[in-house]
Amino acid sequence: MNRHLKHALPAWVWFTGLMLVFVILYAPILSALVFSFSADRFPSLDITRFSTKWYAQVFADARVLEALKNSLTIALSTALVATTLGFAAAYADFRFRFFGQRMVLALALLPPTVPIVVLSLAMLAFFSRIGLSGTVGSIIVAHVVVATPFAMAICRLRLEQMPPEYETAAQNLGATPGQALRLIVLPHAAPAIGAAALITFAVSLDEYAIAWFVGGLEQTVPVTVLNTLQGQVDPTIHVIGTLAFAATLSLVFAAQLLLLRSTKSHKNKEVSP
Amino acid sequence: MSVLSAKLRLRRRGWFALWAAPLPVWFALFFLGPMLLLIAMSFWSVQNYRLTPDFSLSAWSYVLSLDFLWSSFWRSYGLSLLSAVLVSLLAFPASYAMAFLISPARRLTFLGLALAPFFTSYLVRIYSLQVFLGEGGVLPQMFHSIGLSGASLLNSYTALFLGHATLTLPVVLVLQTLALGNVDRTEMSAAVNLGARPLQVLRHIILPAARPGLSLGVLFAFLLSYAEFVSATYLGGGVFQTLPILLTDLIRGGQQWPRAAVVSLLMMAVLLLTSLVTVAWAYRQKGN
Repeated sequence: MNRHLKHALPAWVWFTGLMLVFVILYAPILSALVFSFSADRFPSLDITRFSTKWYAQVFADARVLEALKNSLTIALSTALVATTLGFAAAYADFRFRFFGQRMVLALALLPPTVPIVVLSLAMLAFFSRIGLSGTVGSIIVAHVVVATPFAMAICRLRLEQMPPEYETAAQNLGATPGQALRLIVLPHAAPAIGAAALITFAVSLDEYAIAWFVGGLEQTVPVTVLNTLQGQVDPTIHVIGTLAFAATLSLVFAAQLLLLRSTKSHKNKEVSP
Repeated sequence: MSVLSAKLRLRRRGWFALWAAPLPVWFALFFLGPMLLLIAMSFWSVQNYRLTPDFSLSAWSYVLSLDFLWSSFWRSYGLSLLSAVLVSLLAFPASYAMAFLISPARRLTFLGLALAPFFTSYLVRIYSLQVFLGEGGVLPQMFHSIGLSGASLLNSYTALFLGHATLTLPVVLVLQTLALGNVDRTEMSAAVNLGARPLQVLRHIILPAARPGLSLGVLFAFLLSYAEFVSATYLGGGVFQTLPILLTDLIRGGQQWPRAAVVSLLMMAVLLLTSLVTVAWAYRQKGN
């Protein structure tokens, strides 16, 4: 492509830039992986011996296991609620015309623009006024606010690819609104709903500021990492990091794959008569 | 008949509300509620170490008269703006490569790979950077072996910038690549056919056409860096007392809720103003 087009700088310059960016993005992730298997306490270039002792230490640490349990509970509940809310709002915006529609859309996309420290502060103030701060439930409620915009955006973009006539046609042929939704809309939106669940799960699993402010003594995995950042060199962070990277990266890649494949099959269907 | 249609209308309304209501209700309670509480709280007062609902301007006048608030305010603003511009410059060659030198099918794979780190443990990546840059870390060791100083690189702007880049690069890369990908190819070819040199095509065709997306990249990098406190604390090492650090200190340190609320609202106002100015500039018509 663009073979006739000369670029302002030779190709290798642009590709070097591309490589540099990927090194910056992935070197910290790879280094966590490498150092998690190093037997040395202090991470350095000359690793003397490889071992899995830090993994054993992490899985024997009651504090980490408790945090992991909290994290998974919170992320699962968040994914469930945020995906439901996100899909409902996306469907309402797609299907109906109503007063204040643009305002609802703006409201739904607002939370990511609020600095996370400010949001955490507001959440802590709010939950301590109603006596709920320091509970796992309050973290879930707050994480739903942070994660729902992603779910709503993913579902809304997917519904955009569906001709709205399909649903009306089904209803004209005698389907109730519920049947049309279940038989036409849901199958079409299924990949996006799956992707939304994966992304919201990842967002919650990774969120540290709100969990730190609101959670009190209930720690999640990122909060234990945050506490370690303040202290001494601790090789178990590399283990927790590697596991976290493996978990969130596979969630995000799975979500991307779902969306990509559904978009492709949709295009193919349109091309073939 | 009319009873039947009334019933039907009610059912339709219920069906509509079932889908339209949940998100606005949840967000009104748990998002607008806390944010409005924050605004109200900035006017409350602390009496005998107890937070009391009030209408007092004392927190506002106290915070606005603090010299170190204004210095950390401008420092936050300047550092984040600098990082946003530098990250955008750093990302540009990569975005250019993804938009113009890679086939569209591969471009999606690269974009996916670029975006994925945005959702993965930011804290652990900052910890890795700490280890990379700290005393005896990978980078100082490498510098030492080629005869440079092997001192720790932490507590410097370089470290802070790398932290900001870690956070913002994925978003900037995606916005820039999409912006460059949408530049009209026929216009580019036409310019070449009319004898434009490659650099002229970049300056007069590509950059103006991609301006909205490129500016949004700078804006998002700024918003994220400005609100960030982990890099500033653990990589900048408190050398850079920024507003978010001030905020966490105010809250964790004591009962200064109204003052913390004032600082939060100032931050929000600044972000809003910056966003409006940037968006207006980004979408300004040519020739104005």
